[in-house]
Amino acid sequence: MAAEPLPELAAVHWRPRVDTQRLQRTDALWTATTIALVEPLAVPVTLAAFAHAWVIPELYAQRGANVVRPKRSRAPVEAEARSVGLLGDLVGHEARELHAGTGLVLERGRLGAWLVGPAGALLVRPGGRRVLCYCVGVNDPELPSGDRIAHLLLALRSDERGFATVANLAFSGARWRVRRRLAAATRPALDAGAAAARLLDTRATP
Amino acid sequence: MARLIRMDQTGHTTVAEWRADDPEAIEAAVRAFREELDRGYFAMVSTGEGQAEQVRELPVDADLVILRLPISGG
Repeated sequence: MAAEPLPELAAVHWRPRVDTQRLQRTDALWTATTIALVEPLAVPVTLAAFAHAWVIPELYAQRGANVVRPKRSRAPVEAEARSVGLLGDLVGHEARELHAGTGLVLERGRLGAWLVGPAGALLVRPGGRRVLCYCVGVNDPELPSGDRIAHLLLALRSDERGFATVANLAFSGARWRVRRRLAAATRPALDAGAAAARLLDTRATP
Repeated sequence: MARLIRMDQTGHTTVAEWRADDPEAIEAAVRAFREELDRGYFAMVSTGEGQAEQVRELPVDADLVILRLPISGG
């Protein structure tokens, strides 16, 4: 069919008339332009966004795990032993064993299961999936570690919500994220805390 | 024998000991208790499993009173 050219073509007279070959060329050129202009930007931006989304929570989780990182005590060995003896009098057999293996004391509260260390505490929320990491301690660097824990434990037992208010929150997030940042020797404590937290009623917390 | 102990750099120190039928020992314990509170210590008494209470007067009938320092966010 020999059609009459569109009269509107006069308004775009500089444009070459489209045919199959020109369509293919245009298509290829468009794709090449897209790759040349968009992809080089999209790939690094995507990678940067992914890294950002991964690295930032990891850094915070490390900060959270640090609150219970084992540190060398400045106190004499005798004082350490004496303080651990007193701490042992305050907790049950299960908590004593966990402390001996991990350095943390498990304490069941109304807000969740607490794992108390000399300079901080982890709160495993009921259900066991979420953890809040608190930096809290007593301001006397010469105190032996057992006493430092006992200080926190007694404060926690007298006012759990007040304890969580006084403490500084270092991280809040998934338990697995904190666990992988803990020292290997400390991980069983978090596992025990999660087991205890799973038994707590999520609706019963204040 | 009831004890008032202070958590300190030695692990802990027994500040006072008393028996309910010994008024002199109680009086000495109350005096020591107040001195420690004046120094900034808090007195804690266990009130059951996983529970403790801060006291401002020496509970004479308690077996163990523990003195602790204030805590703070790190």
